Amino acid sequence: MNHAAHASEFTQGTRHLEDSRFAVPGMRCAGCISKLESGIGLLPGVAAARVNFSAKQLAVSHDDRLDDRALIAEIGKLGFDAQPLSVNPLGTDHEERKRLTRALGVSGFGMMNIMLLSVSIWSGAADITRDLFHWLSAMIAVPVVAYAGRPFFSSALMALRHGRTNMDVPISIGVILATGMSLYETMFGGREAYFEGAVMLLFFLLAGRVLDAMMRDRARAGIEALLRNQAPGAMVIGADGATRWVKAADLKPGERMLVAAGENLAADGVIEDGETMCDLSLISGESAPQPRAVGDSVLAGSVNLSAPVTVRITAAGPDTIIADIARLMDEAGQSRGRYVRIADRAARLYAPAVHLLAALSCAGWLIAGAGWHQALTIATAVLIITCPCALGLAVPVSQVVAAGALMRRGILVKDGSALERFAKIDRVLFDKTGTLTLGRMTPLNLDVLTAEEQSVALALAQSSRHPISRALHGALSARGVIAAAVEQIREEQGVGVHGLWRGQRVALERPAQSVATSGAATRLAMGDTHIDITLADALRPDAQEAITRLGLIGAPATIISGDRAEAVGAVAHQLGLTAQARALPQDKIASIRRLQSAGHQVLMVGDGLNDGPALAAANASLAPGSATDMGQQAADAVFTGDSLVAVPVMIAAARRTLRVVKENFGLAIGYNVLAVPLAIAGYVTPLIAAIAMSTSSVIVIANALRLKRCAQ
Amino acid sequence: MNGLLLLIPIALGLGLSGLGAFLWAMNDGQFDDPDGAAMRILIDDEGGSDVAA
Repeated sequence: MNHAAHASEFTQGTRHLEDSRFAVPGMRCAGCISKLESGIGLLPGVAAARVNFSAKQLAVSHDDRLDDRALIAEIGKLGFDAQPLSVNPLGTDHEERKRLTRALGVSGFGMMNIMLLSVSIWSGAADITRDLFHWLSAMIAVPVVAYAGRPFFSSALMALRHGRTNMDVPISIGVILATGMSLYETMFGGREAYFEGAVMLLFFLLAGRVLDAMMRDRARAGIEALLRNQAPGAMVIGADGATRWVKAADLKPGERMLVAAGENLAADGVIEDGETMCDLSLISGESAPQPRAVGDSVLAGSVNLSAPVTVRITAAGPDTIIADIARLMDEAGQSRGRYVRIADRAARLYAPAVHLLAALSCAGWLIAGAGWHQALTIATAVLIITCPCALGLAVPVSQVVAAGALMRRGILVKDGSALERFAKIDRVLFDKTGTLTLGRMTPLNLDVLTAEEQSVALALAQSSRHPISRALHGALSARGVIAAAVEQIREEQGVGVHGLWRGQRVALERPAQSVATSGAATRLAMGDTHIDITLADALRPDAQEAITRLGLIGAPATIISGDRAEAVGAVAHQLGLTAQARALPQDKIASIRRLQSAGHQVLMVGDGLNDGPALAAANASLAPGSATDMGQQAADAVFTGDSLVAVPVMIAAARRTLRVVKENFGLAIGYNVLAVPLAIAGYVTPLIAAIAMSTSSVIVIANALRLKRCAQ
Repeated sequence: MNGLLLLIPIALGLGLSGLGAFLWAMNDGQFDDPDGAAMRILIDDEGGSDVAA
């Protein structure tokens, strides 16, 4: 499978090897894996190809004669869309997960071995055997606690330094005190040591952290696979007429760039040569493609749809409109950083309470006449019993189970805090273009065409790059139409495509007068018959159902769009919603702030660059998988597929998760109410502590597993 | 007591070897692609003679 033989034969060339990674979201089965690995692995110049199916990525080790574009073309020949990924953008996150997993492994080892020794102590080992076992336990526990406890200690230290407290503070104090107390017991031949309690606590809590990190990594890998990640840049025409590729950051005003059809513009500029249609929907939210000719200005971030043009750059890099939007987004995102996770909010109340309780029971026993040693032992037992083991597991386990269920439904949640914020949403703002609508032209009346006419239309449409032709091509091929054998196909800029079919002239032309009020239209001519085909940016298939369901769960929706009032009005009327049209990114933020100051928790659903600041400013945000890279990066969650029902499903699942988290808190506190009086009374032995701790963890996990079906 | 002198090192050794195996597996990337590993068992072509599946 690794094509090792192939690799050895190849390395004789002694050329420099490069590694490239591609996101291939289209792989679905074992067949795809073997097709990609054998198809790419056997190309000349490729040393090895390896698929990572979980992350939907293909790693290729190849020689420097091959570049990414050539490899993407080869992957395309196998029938897959691929996007280049930078070499390892998520390296640091993986590193964090690996560090946690290593700590989990070490604490698991320590827990099992100490438990082995503890069981024999509990079953009655005495005197020298017990001392020996205590010493052995200490020798295992001290390095294990020092190593596996670091994530908690450093986080607790950080919080204390900033004068705050979080879940890690009571955990660290509990673990360190229990270990220290047990060491003292061991040295002086005492009867009770809590080594297994301390290490078990670390093991359970690390399990929660590892799950949390895995959830984040998986969602990020999924989103990374959706990102288009095109290297922003342009072909610049030099003084000698030669063209070279220049990165967006290095473009300068005054340079001339050649923009091919289908490419994104890397800088703002003025068209010097050529005539084309531009898709501005990502910047302004306008759904209809805009014609642009010589002398018209074009903006970075728009897509050149139909014909190649030469553009003289007027603003590049930090001066473009996109860069302004990015700055706005950074500012808007800062308020969300103030959100405090539910576990930390619980810890603010919990930590002082348990520390007070432990101190009081120590003082109480001293007053009652017990010795220092006995009073401290009891205080330690109180701390161990109240240590938020179940609490530390309650949140991550519930969120991981819910995120897994949502992921199977096609919704990628970036982290647990997003799930908590989604649960509180009571207002939803929708962008129009690309969010409520599909963001692409769809023919509305294909059914009036006969099968023959459809196949002629397809033949004409597939030979043109005009946006209307491409929409027709997509819709007709999806219906399984086969193109007719049309000859002498020619495209005339601004007029249409025409050709000859069975001796008569056939054409896709501009209609005589505008047929549709919104959207676009084309006319299919066959001999003397003319049929108008209207196209529009259609609503997502179940937009109406999604809006109704949002109303039912108490999160009414409104539209906020940058598009023209007529286009927004039509959609708003169709869905029965109120709407705000012609909204600039600043206006969207202002609307959100207004709702927030009225006490609402706002969810923003949007896809474009112009939604980026609003996505960052809202309490929670969701973007479709077809969104811009910027939109997906700003959003808390991304849903794949065309269905808008993902929005109510996401909110409902988040609410169920919050309910289960609260139940788990309830269970954990209930357990404390039962166990703490025992600990204060001095009846808790290490055996009872170990049993209580693991039972409460198992109960909490079992309760969280009920969320497995929360996304249905 | 003599039994213990033998059994404790054995128990610790087994535990340590388990830990070692786990750390090796993680550094070797055995947990990087759990879904892919489940799929690969279904690929039945052996060696390099695979054309398209």
